[in-house]
Amino acid sequence: MSVTVNTVRAGVFLDSVVLMQISRKLTAIQGVEDAALMMATPANRDILSDAGLLEEGTMAGPGDLLVAVRAQDRAIADSTLQRAAELMERPAQRNDGAQELHPLTLRSACRQLPTANLALISVPGDYAGAEARKALRAGLNVMIFSDNVPLAEEISLKREARDLGLVVMGPDCGTAIIDGVPLAFANVVPRGDIAIVGASGTGIQEVSCLIARAGKGISHAIGVGGRDLTEAVGAISTLTALDWLERDAATHHIVLISKPPAPGVADRIVQFIRRSSKSYTVCLVGSDDLVLPDNAKLTTTLKDAAVAAANSSKGLAAVSAVQRAPAVSGYVRGLYSGGTLAAEAQAVFLSHRQPVLSNAPIPGAGLFTSQRTNHIMIDLGDDRFTRGRPHPMIDPAVRDEPILAALSDPDVGAVLLDVVIGFGAHPDPAGHLAGLLERQSRPCPVVIASVTGTDEDPQVRARQVSVLEQAGVMVAPSNADAAELALACLNTGKDP
Amino acid sequence: MMDSMSLASAIRSANSKALEVLLQGDPVLVDVLPAENLIPELRERKILHAGPPIEWDRMCGPMRGAIAGVVVFEGWAGDLDDAADQASKGCFDFHPNHHFAAVGPMTGLTTCSQPLLVVENRTTGNRAYCTVNEGLGKVMRFGGNDESVRDRLAWIRDSLGPALGAALQSCGGIPLRPLVARGLTMGDEMHQRNVACSSLLLRELAPALASAVADHSDLSEMLAFMGSNDQFFLNIAMAMGKSIMDPVRDIELSTVVTAMTRNGTDFGIRVSGLGDEWFTAPVEMPAGLYFPGFSAVDANPDMGDSTIVETIGLGGFAMAAAPAVAGFVGAGSVAEAAGITARMREITLGEHSEWTIVNENYRGVATGIDIRLVVETGIVPTINTGIAHRQPGIGQVGAGVVKAPLACFEKALRALGERLGLS
Amino acid sequence: MRSTVVSDQNDTPAGGTISSELLHSPPRVVNVGLAVFAADLDAQDVDVVHVDWRPPAGGDKDLARLLSMLTD
Repeated sequence: MSVTVNTVRAGVFLDSVVLMQISRKLTAIQGVEDAALMMATPANRDILSDAGLLEEGTMAGPGDLLVAVRAQDRAIADSTLQRAAELMERPAQRNDGAQELHPLTLRSACRQLPTANLALISVPGDYAGAEARKALRAGLNVMIFSDNVPLAEEISLKREARDLGLVVMGPDCGTAIIDGVPLAFANVVPRGDIAIVGASGTGIQEVSCLIARAGKGISHAIGVGGRDLTEAVGAISTLTALDWLERDAATHHIVLISKPPAPGVADRIVQFIRRSSKSYTVCLVGSDDLVLPDNAKLTTTLKDAAVAAANSSKGLAAVSAVQRAPAVSGYVRGLYSGGTLAAEAQAVFLSHRQPVLSNAPIPGAGLFTSQRTNHIMIDLGDDRFTRGRPHPMIDPAVRDEPILAALSDPDVGAVLLDVVIGFGAHPDPAGHLAGLLERQSRPCPVVIASVTGTDEDPQVRARQVSVLEQAGVMVAPSNADAAELALACLNTGKDP
Repeated sequence: MMDSMSLASAIRSANSKALEVLLQGDPVLVDVLPAENLIPELRERKILHAGPPIEWDRMCGPMRGAIAGVVVFEGWAGDLDDAADQASKGCFDFHPNHHFAAVGPMTGLTTCSQPLLVVENRTTGNRAYCTVNEGLGKVMRFGGNDESVRDRLAWIRDSLGPALGAALQSCGGIPLRPLVARGLTMGDEMHQRNVACSSLLLRELAPALASAVADHSDLSEMLAFMGSNDQFFLNIAMAMGKSIMDPVRDIELSTVVTAMTRNGTDFGIRVSGLGDEWFTAPVEMPAGLYFPGFSAVDANPDMGDSTIVETIGLGGFAMAAAPAVAGFVGAGSVAEAAGITARMREITLGEHSEWTIVNENYRGVATGIDIRLVVETGIVPTINTGIAHRQPGIGQVGAGVVKAPLACFEKALRALGERLGLS
Repeated sequence: MRSTVVSDQNDTPAGGTISSELLHSPPRVVNVGLAVFAADLDAQDVDVVHVDWRPPAGGDKDLARLLSMLTD
């Protein structure tokens, strides 16, 4: 038999919304049929009466708070009234562990940060161009991390940026350092007077980290995207970057990293360097086909570029001083997350006249399709591999299958790997790799790696190196050195 | 045809103009007069209703109930059945309030003999109208139509209306911008919450009203009527909104929303640069808290011209000023109210200078809804609203929030594209 | 210091008479996309605002294209 009970709180006023919230909580109690808290105005009394909530004989006026409960039995009704009293003590206001509300558009973001001067764009490639355009028109420089931005869009954006006195870094720009601040996939390196302008993210990372290891520092690292030095784009961002660095008092030396540029573009770069008052290191990975003026030096590996820029090879001891190369027979399989690191490995092999194949071959290397009995360097960050899958730098598990395949391939004598740490990268790529190798049956190919990073990075390079070594990996001081070490192993393995 | 850059900049220019006109509006409550004096067309058995255009066969229950009641009230039929019968046979001319410089809450029926509040925009000279709020419970705006409803309407027509008119005339009118600014600091948002403004209004009007009404018991009845109605100011806020937005209409290329309104079946918007065209979509169901004995199954779909309040930057757009109202927003918290207000800033072009929110360090309310921003972000205007019972005559059963349908804004944007030959 | 840069339309930026403000101070960043980038910048005390980005017009390409023509 239902029981209706009322209590009256004379002269108590609570906001109607608070009252309704409390009512809702009470109604949810097991055994409660209906409940309401209302100021006892005549109209409200009628409402309560219609709802079967008004207890006969209840005396309450418009200034009084009426608490009404109808429940299955008296006990439940009374305990519900008790609960109502508790809830009224502390009005039902949610504790504001307020989740920070982010703006939804670039436009409202700029209102929140009126001094913004850089948009970092990593939305899907289809949309990246439009966002970049909005940013430029709002007066921001742009770093486009996204890839799959159409070439025509890149050209149009860079032209507009040039007209506005701004720069577009990218598309497909994974790394930048501006005024010492690492952006996207970048490493913690000391400030210094060496700037980097790079068409490649991992190239910038490797060079900046090696320069740091040599005891020098970085002023800025500006990524220009992989297509900037083609004829179509015409090096717009590169030339803007070079121009700005020319005027930057904090920069005395500039390292330019790229694939071999188109001839017309190369000329313009050389002209600029010729007129400049600063010194340059130009690294065209795998190519020495460029004549430079006296204030510039050409290198074909990232490591040599770092050494030249730092004017020192301290901390970058050659392979032979660090490790004795074990004998290896069979082929070398390189599995790289960084495209330029794969290119550098090819360059090292070619410089020793060792033929090599790759899915992203440098001049002089062959195209890999399905051959097995060759030295092969695979760029796993290539579009073909990353369609619909995370990039191996973000998720090392993507590289697991190819590594396991290589380790169990009887034709493979040595596996070469890059391990890239820093902001944006996996929290413990060495640990992941070590776990993978643990489960490997012996004997298996020799595993040689390098760790691109610094001890100041969140993952701490020294720790990553030590984890790898404990797992039986031979760790070389640089990506180029790792390739050299692989070659040394092959030589040791040869019949004398 | 202009190239893309200059088209976009022409739109920016037009919107600047629209925002300027909007923000310079100076609404003053000046009078209360019989509807037929203000809208002569009403003499011809025209019935104005809330929302975009709609015919009898698509109207919801409360709307039909209200129409039957008002038809009897105006003496066009002997009883409710006869009234409904005539209505279904097309004996009356239905039009939106909006087409006649008027607005009305919920069913929003405006007919010739009802007294209408008159708000004049002193900056632009135009006037807008709204009926006097009948109070809470069983009233015509919720579809009530029995004798008690009609008797009350008659009292408003014969006593309250003329008295208010005389009082307003004698005191020279009540400026509404400062009054609303004050209400915002006192927890009102002028849609679901009007108690502060209703009180401030009564305070300003009482002396003139006392002078205008000779009989003490009449005066007492009027003061009690207004004083017991927390939502009395709503109708004034609505007429104010209409008086502010009408001059913003017809600015070529402007993408600013000049009206949002519902009739219980359709939600309609109008856009400055798209003239008189209505862009409609089915109304959505409100989500909120219900009075005891009622729940979501009892709710009528969204209805009323009161969204003119959100159109000028109040109501759901000023929710951070009324944290108590936040209780109706799902889980309900001050942070949620602030969150909704922040979202409304994503879809508006500017901020009001005088109507500010204390809790946001006196930041102006978000004003000037831009259809481009709505479509781009997918954020639609959030509206604070009362919830009516789906059966006519029962009245309000709760209060909550409802969203404007995205489809209205998408349709409007496509129409703009077509007009400009861009599709 | 030889720093005459030829202001040839094809070679050098038209706005290049003024050194970029980008390089002179820590960047103030608007991050549109992966939240981890904003989190990393925030951890370094860099001024960053993260945009809770979603495809314009809910992914409707036609509406998005129309919007881009109507918005500057």
